Amino acid sequence: MRLTDEENAMLAGELGEPRRWAIAHQIAVGEFFDAADFVAVSQAHIMADTESLGEAGVRFLEGLAAAPEPERRVRVPAITDPRGIDFAVYRRLGQTAAMAALEMRAILALRAFRVLMTDTCINYQTVLAPLRGEHVAYGDTGAVIYANSVLGARSNFEGGPSALAAALTGRTPRYGYHLDASRRATRRFRLAAAPRELSEWGALGGIVGELCGSYWQVPVIEGLAVAPGSDALKHFGAALASFGSVALFHMPGVTAEETVFAGPPPDPIPIGRADITAFLARYAAPGDKLDVVVFAAPQLSLFEIAAVADALDGRQVHPDTTVIVATSPEIKHAADRMRLTARIEAAGAIVARGICFYQSYAREMAEANGWARLMTNSAKLVNILGGYGYRSSLASLERCVDSAVAGRVL
Amino acid sequence: MPVVLRCHPGIGPAVSGTALVAADNFSARYDLDRSRGIFSRPSHQLAGASYVDRILVLDGAKGGVATAWMLHDMAARQIVPRALIFNRVNPILAQGAAFAGVALVDRFAGDVTQLFHTGDQLRIDPAAGTVEILNRDT
Repeated sequence: MRLTDEENAMLAGELGEPRRWAIAHQIAVGEFFDAADFVAVSQAHIMADTESLGEAGVRFLEGLAAAPEPERRVRVPAITDPRGIDFAVYRRLGQTAAMAALEMRAILALRAFRVLMTDTCINYQTVLAPLRGEHVAYGDTGAVIYANSVLGARSNFEGGPSALAAALTGRTPRYGYHLDASRRATRRFRLAAAPRELSEWGALGGIVGELCGSYWQVPVIEGLAVAPGSDALKHFGAALASFGSVALFHMPGVTAEETVFAGPPPDPIPIGRADITAFLARYAAPGDKLDVVVFAAPQLSLFEIAAVADALDGRQVHPDTTVIVATSPEIKHAADRMRLTARIEAAGAIVARGICFYQSYAREMAEANGWARLMTNSAKLVNILGGYGYRSSLASLERCVDSAVAGRVL
Repeated sequence: MPVVLRCHPGIGPAVSGTALVAADNFSARYDLDRSRGIFSRPSHQLAGASYVDRILVLDGAKGGVATAWMLHDMAARQIVPRALIFNRVNPILAQGAAFAGVALVDRFAGDVTQLFHTGDQLRIDPAAGTVEILNRDT
């Protein structure tokens, strides 16, 4: 890679060990992807849940964080993806004191870099959305695909170490979705029927994702007569990134960039209502005893929290079923202030702050609580949890709530 | 002479080991039980198989960013694959391999899930961009 004088100084350790480690890591990744040079980023979003970090990852953070303050301080605003522990509710979820202690060590280390603990994967809805053409280093696949597609910003999937490295150097290797050539469409789909609610938007993301199946594919989705809302594209993008590892889609008339195909436009693949119905049916389990209902992945917007409160008003969750709602600290604060939290918790549900279910030791929670059957309106979540030992069902928010009250999958 | 296949220059140290091959994708979060060292996702072609110390040969990466941290933790606990061979990876696998010091190569002339067989003895040189199949002669 072509390096500037400042980048060479970082690599030589003249700006301290954290920046030396960071740029060396970035060069290794950049050269793997044939990056010619670096591009400056305006913000970094760091995924660093302790389930992923483990003891070794926390020790690594603590080691870098022990450097003198001028050497360890991030160069661009850096924010965090959801944490693994909400200290207010972790015991109710069956998480342990050891998990909480590791979490606190990670938080202290991240704070030492002057990372802003936003603890959210919906930063594009709640913190500071990037603009079209803005280069960022985002570390949640749902945040990346939303920023790239809906907003026209430019990011690759930046895992925790790479997002931290970008925060420390203020730049990232220029490859993948930082380049015009990578942003051209390669696959084409045409909708015969628009999804009707969020779980169906997730199902559509799952269908397109499975058909694309690669980070380097860029699908175009045609046929929408009406622009969907932000939450719809949030669920669509999160599922597309989860099922397909896709980081960018185009939706003519809706998303930020003009659709340009990489070659001759391929014939569109039709997707209709029967496809969405069949996708949802893969996860159907009517009559099964229901252990846990989760609204998360991505964290809920204020509008989604209000919808959960409306659906639960005047009802009680079945005593054998746990309902968990996860959102960002900012939205939780707003929900508290607007009494949405009180309405949800009056029904027996838990509103968790700054976590996401699958980043919170999902396997250990299942073992501690005897959970097996899970229900959610998040297609991303049902995709992830298979490996964690859950049997997951996907349905609308309203059907999830009705099932939670009944204690069985409806 | 062993068979030598060329690929894009990769990441990590030169290593030798035994291949575990499947025409499937990979994510440390989605697919693994990282305490037992096995593939735990029931629908994965390698479900129930141990990945520890194997050279994993798979098609591509799944969504999710967790693998970037998890390979490092798995290496520290010595329940990590010895190396990774893919058709084409996403940035997360490359970042994770670079952070953990795990050998990774991709971008071969053919489909790696056909070129290599489970049980093959392989020697990977990421810097040179080569993989030798030691148990097969040209």
